[in-house]
Parts: sequence; structure tokens; C-alpha cells
Amino acid sequence: MTMTVSLPRVLHAASGQPLSLREHEYAFAATHVDDLFGELVASGLAGRGGAGFMTARKVELLRGVRARHKVVVVNAMEGEPIGHKDRTLLSANPHLVLDGAEYVATMIGARQIDVCVSRSDPTVVRHVQDAIGEREGRRGSPAFVLHTPPWRYVAGEESALVHWLNDNETMPQYRPNRPNVLHVGRAPALVVNAETSAHVGLIGHFGAEWFREVGTSASPGSTLVSVSGAVVRPTVLEVPLGMTLRTILREVGADPGPQAILTGGYGGAWLSAEHLDAAYCDEVLRPLGAAVGAGVLVVLPMDACGLAETRRVVAWMANESSRQCGPCAFGLPALAEDLGTLVRGSRDARAVLRRLTERCAVIDGRGACRHPDGVVRLVESALRVFADHVEDHANGSTCSAASSRHWVAVPEIEHESQLVWE
Amino acid sequence: MRKIESFVLKVNPILCDGFAHCHELAPELVNIDEWGYPIISDQPTSTSDRSILESARLAVRGCPRQALRIERTEAPTRR
Repeated sequence: MTMTVSLPRVLHAASGQPLSLREHEYAFAATHVDDLFGELVASGLAGRGGAGFMTARKVELLRGVRARHKVVVVNAMEGEPIGHKDRTLLSANPHLVLDGAEYVATMIGARQIDVCVSRSDPTVVRHVQDAIGEREGRRGSPAFVLHTPPWRYVAGEESALVHWLNDNETMPQYRPNRPNVLHVGRAPALVVNAETSAHVGLIGHFGAEWFREVGTSASPGSTLVSVSGAVVRPTVLEVPLGMTLRTILREVGADPGPQAILTGGYGGAWLSAEHLDAAYCDEVLRPLGAAVGAGVLVVLPMDACGLAETRRVVAWMANESSRQCGPCAFGLPALAEDLGTLVRGSRDARAVLRRLTERCAVIDGRGACRHPDGVVRLVESALRVFADHVEDHANGSTCSAASSRHWVAVPEIEHESQLVWE
Repeated sequence: MRKIESFVLKVNPILCDGFAHCHELAPELVNIDEWGYPIISDQPTSTSDRSILESARLAVRGCPRQALRIERTEAPTRR
């Protein structure tokens, strides 16, 4: 009988220190499935980086490309300021992530694996460096190369990351026809999120049938969630997909009677607390206007102002635009300004609200990447979920909650002059 | 070359600097937003009226940033 691991899976055996290669092999049993690609297809694994694209389809796309050299890019940039899953994972089981990357490399025929970790996180960089060092000289192992791009929200967008590897610029690229194949140099590249890679590692060790023992049939497996806001303390935990939001919140000691939940991340969507019994998986959340996205949940208590929280996020996201595309560079600051006017209150709040709604519709889908679309989704969800409260603001009544404590953690905005586009 | 029956006018938003010449040259295809950037439908346009393809070509040629491109689409659709 093969020894397998139970939940937690990707965080199995996690302690304060990352597992060494020997500990890792002991904890995860050095077993391998025979038909890697077949198992990946059967597993139904969807990417955990935000877009939720089927991993097997990505692999299939790259398998179909003929080239002398191919590369696997492991994306551990973690652009979400309120997401901590990739660094938690790499600080616990770096070798599981690297196992998964090796499996992907085997499947597509790549001999190099570029691991990208933001330089703003030196501890994680060191863990990955150590893990790569331990693997050096193993027979048949592909070459691991560690990269440490500067941290920016859009730097983790896959075309921006590939842009960095090619030209040291963390800016998204225009890709009119998707899915298309990105290239590092002349080598076709498969970009895989770090957590996704860890799940591929599990599938390669234990197989699809085991993988599907938790989760739902449409969203199999477990996933990492970063929960913050009105909670005892911000926590990253591994949950089976399909667990109700209420159960997840109970696990982290969250406010049991919140007003709403921010799902997905800064480019995600608010979900009203009336849906607390909804299952945490895309097939349930998407029809409600929300999504698993980058695995972020923020609990907003009853006495908070959802509009003010949204304004702070949008202002930060506007500043994070790489300012390549007009609708994003000009549109997002305009959205932040409209939200600001609404939050503060104004005599023509009604007209501002109308303009905000129109601007959302105009901006949506007009950038080279999905950065502006995410912000639009967030704003539109706020107008929907906090509709009654938005109405109060539009009627000009003052809101004391708007200036009280904040619940969605937002980094300080760096000014243009401080930004380094390397 | 095969006759174009329907097409989509596509803008590369990274190249586009909002000169809005396309809007002047092909107003039936291109709207502009409040910041001067083009809003173009992603639905195929039928060329049953030949002049519309001519407008699209004018817009492509008239773009100072060469950000526009005509993409032939498979199935002709009604406009």
C-alpha cells in the first residue's frame, strides 16, 4: 500500500522550518505515478494563481509545441498584498513545489525551471535557494534557476513575469489571442503558480484518484486561503474546495456575523454575508459574482463602510497600474476619485454615482492585461453588495464608519518618483 | 487574396496613445472615451457595405502609433 498524506496536503508536515529534501522525501513518500499526464488530466486540477485555468490544458498546449528548448516558470510572486499562501507554502514545503515543477518539465519536455520569488521577501528567497541547492547534482533533474524580480502587483501577471525574464521589465504584454504561448528567449514557456505546482507534485506522487478524494467534482482538491480582516489573527489555511465559507471563517475565529466578505483578492469581488453558507469553489461563487481567485478572503464586520474600504483598494490599484494602457492609466484613478467623492459625501453625489457606473462599463476589457477588469469587478460588486449603504452616501448622509478603523489591509501608496521600473 | 467578408478592428492598447485619429477617420467603427482612447466593438463587422472596410483601412493607416489592425473573422455576421 502506498502511504499518502491527509489534509493538510500541500502544508503537510509543515513546521516552523522548511522541510529538507530528505525530510520531504520521508514525509511525501518517494512514490511516482506511471502516467503523469494522464493522472494530471484525470485530476481536474485548476490553477491556483487567480485565473483558475485547467492545468492539464496548459500542459497540453505546451506539449503540442515543437521546440529545442522549453522552460517551466514557477510563479511565486504573490502580487496580492493580502495573500500569503505562496510564501507560506515555500516556507514549509519548498520541495513539493519543486517536485511539481519537475513533473511539469517532464510532461512538456523542458530542461530548465525558472523559479520567480519576489525580492521583497528575503526569507522565502533563501528557503528556495537552499532547496534548489539541495537538489543540485541529482541525476536527470532539470536545471533550477532562481529569479528575484522586484515586487509589484502586476509583476506576477504571467506575461509581465516573462517580460521580466526577457528584458528586466515587470510590465504585462499585449496578447490579442489567448491562450497563446509565451516565450523566454526563444523557448516556449509554461508559467505555473507555486501552489498549483505543489498540487501537481501531490498528483505526481499519489495520483488523481487520491487527489479527488477531497473537494467537489468540478473543483477537486484542497486549496490555500489567506483570511484576514475581522479575524483573531490573519491566517493561511488549507481547506478542501467546497467547504462552506462559514466553516472556513469559524476555523480562523472570524467575526461570526459579518457584513460581507471580500473574495479573490484586490481584483476580486465582495460577497454579501447572506451567502455565508455558500461553498468555497468557483462553480458556486461565480454565479454569485465572486470567485476563489488568488485564494484571499477578508472579513468585513457590520459596522464598517464597504465603500470606504473599496476606495482605498482602488486608489492603491490605480497607482499599481503599469500605465501602459490609457483606459487603465486614466480610468482607474478616475474610479478612485469618484469613490472618494461618494465616501466623503457631496451635493452631486447622485451624478457621481451615475458617472462611476458608466466609467466601470467603459473601462472593462480595454487593457492589455486584466488589471483594470479586476478593479472594475471589485467596484461593481461593492455597488451591488453595499447598495443600501451606497444609497445613503448618494443621499448625502454622513458616514461615521468611513473614517473608523480599516479592515482590508492596503499598503501605503508609493509615489511615482519612488517607483522603480527595473 | 480571399475577399474579407467580416472583420474586427483591433487596437493594441499598449501602443495606443489616444491620438483619436481613428475616431475621426472611422467614426462608425470607433467611439472614444473621455480620455480620448478608442472604444471598438469586438463583434465582427460585415463588409456587405464596402465603405466600412475602407474606413477601417483609413483608420489603420492614419494611426500615428500603428496600433490598429484589421482582423479577418471566420463567419460573416449580420451588422
